[in-house]
Amino acid sequence: MSIALSHVNYIYDEDTAMAHPALIDVSLEIPNGQFVGLIGHTGSGKSTLIQHFNGLVKPTSGYVLFDGEDINGEGYDKKKLRAKVGLVFQYPEHQLFETDCFKDVCFGPKNLGLPEKEVELRAYEALKMVGFDDEYFYQSPFDLSGGQKRRVAIAGVLAMKPEVLILDEPTAGLDPKGREDILNLVARLHEEMGITIILVSHSMDDVADYVQRIIVMNKGRVAYDDEPRNVFRYYKELEEIGLAAPQVTYVMKELAAAGFDVDSEATTLEEAKNEILKVFKKC
Amino acid sequence: MLRDITIGQYYRTESVIHRLDPRVKLVSTFMFIISLFVADNVFGYALAALFLGMAIKLSNVPLKFILRGMKAIFFLLFITVVFNLFLTPGNELVKVGFIKITDEGIRITVKMVFRLIFLIIGSSLMTLTTTPNQLTDGLESVLGPLKVLRVPVHEIAMMMSIALRFIPILMEETDKIMKAQMARDADFESGNLIQRAKNLVPLLVPLFISAFRRANDLAMAMESRCYRGGDGRTKMKPLIYKKRDGIAYLILVLYLVAMVVLTILF
Repeated sequence: MSIALSHVNYIYDEDTAMAHPALIDVSLEIPNGQFVGLIGHTGSGKSTLIQHFNGLVKPTSGYVLFDGEDINGEGYDKKKLRAKVGLVFQYPEHQLFETDCFKDVCFGPKNLGLPEKEVELRAYEALKMVGFDDEYFYQSPFDLSGGQKRRVAIAGVLAMKPEVLILDEPTAGLDPKGREDILNLVARLHEEMGITIILVSHSMDDVADYVQRIIVMNKGRVAYDDEPRNVFRYYKELEEIGLAAPQVTYVMKELAAAGFDVDSEATTLEEAKNEILKVFKKC
Repeated sequence: MLRDITIGQYYRTESVIHRLDPRVKLVSTFMFIISLFVADNVFGYALAALFLGMAIKLSNVPLKFILRGMKAIFFLLFITVVFNLFLTPGNELVKVGFIKITDEGIRITVKMVFRLIFLIIGSSLMTLTTTPNQLTDGLESVLGPLKVLRVPVHEIAMMMSIALRFIPILMEETDKIMKAQMARDADFESGNLIQRAKNLVPLLVPLFISAFRRANDLAMAMESRCYRGGDGRTKMKPLIYKKRDGIAYLILVLYLVAMVVLTILF
C-alpha cells in the first residue's frame, strides 16, 4: 500500500496565454503508515499535487501509482481509489451540505453503496474519533464554529475508512487552540489507526512536532524531501523560498551560537526542552 | 469542464482592441449584432465574418480559446437547427413520415446558425477584451442619457458589473466544491435525469451558501466605504476618447454602410 509519483508534470490552462506549469517533474514515494508534512508557499503546487493522489487531477505527463497500479490507466476504478485515499479540502464550507452533521458524515459511506446500518455505524465512529460531541450530532453543520466544522469535514472523509488521509491546510483560519486541537487529532488518528497521513501546510511550526518526513515544494518542484531535522538544516535556503524553519530551530541555533552545549538540530518542542534542561543540570 | 465556458471571462493580454475605449466596444458590439439581422445574403454574412475575423486577429485572443466557449452553446445551436430545419413551411425537398425538410427551412437554418455563432463570438469578444470594471464604466456612460427618464443607470451598471465579477469566482468555487464532493465519491455523471438532479444537491447547497455569504460580505464592504449610489460619484479613471477610438468608430460606420449597401444591392 503506497502512493508513488513518477515524473509527474502538470500544466494549468494548457493552450492559453495563461498556461503555466504547476508541477514540474515530481517523483516521490509515500510508503504505508508514514506521517508526511507537505510544505510550500502559496502557489508552490502543493494543492495541485495532492489532487493527483486521488485522481481528481490527471497529470499532463507522468504516472501516479497506487499499490503499483497506474490510477489514470484504462479501466482503473477511481471511485474505489477515492475511498482508499481520503482527501479533506481546506474549507469545510466546500463540502458540508446536509441538514445535520450526522447526515453529512453519512454522505461518503453512502456513496460507497454500503448498507444503511453500516453507513450509520461508520458515521458514528468517525464523529466519535474526531472528538465531536453527541449533542451537536443533529445540529446544522452551518451553525458550528470553524474548528467544529473542520472536525465534521474530517469525519466525513474518515467514515469512508481511507488507508491514506490527506488534509489540505486543516489549520487555516483557526485560532491557536483550534489549531492545536486539530493537529493533535490528526496525530492521534495516525497513532491509533496506523493510516498514512499527508498534512499540507505552509507553516513548519504546524508540522515539525508531528511528522516523520517533510516534503518541501517550491515553484512546482520538490525542493527538499527528508526527515525534519535534515530539512531544517537548510533553514537559510528555506527562508529564501518564503518559508522558515520552526521557531524551535532558531532558538536552538542561537543558543548554540551563544556557546551553550545544546544540540542545535532539535526539531520538536519536547526535544528542545530536554536539551535545554540538560544544560541547566550541568550548571 | 467548467473552464470551457469562456463567455463573460476576461482574457488578459495586450492588444489594440484591449486598449480601445469600452464605449467603442459596447457600441460596436451592439451595432454588429444589429448588422447581423440586417444582413440577408451571402455577401452580408461574408462581410460580418471579415469584420469579426479582423477584430479577433487584432485582439490577440487565440481563436482556439474563443471557439472553446462555443461548446457551451452547442445545445442551443442544436435546438435552433432542429426547429428551423423541420418546422419551416415551404417547398418540400425531403419527406420522411411527418418530418419534412423544405428549401426555406434550410435557408433559415443556415442563416440562424451563422447569426447565432457570430452573435456569441462577437459579444464574447467584447467581454474577453474588456475588464468588468471598464465594461460597467462604458455602459454607465453610454446609457447616461436615460437618466433623464429616471432609469437607474448607475444601479443597473453596478449590478451588472457585480454579476460579471462573480461569474469566474463562482465558477472556481463550483470546481472546488465538485472536487471536495468527488473526494467523498459523489457522482455527478451517471444516472437518469431525476437521479442527476438529486446528485446536484451536494454541489448546489454549498454553492448557494457561499454565494450568499459573498454577497453579504460585498454589501458590507460597500456599506463601510459609504457607497450610496451614483449621484455625485466621481471617477478615478474617467473615460476619454483617444485617436484610436475615433478610427474604430470610422471603421464601424464604414462597415455598417457597406452592410446596408450589400443588403440593398443584392
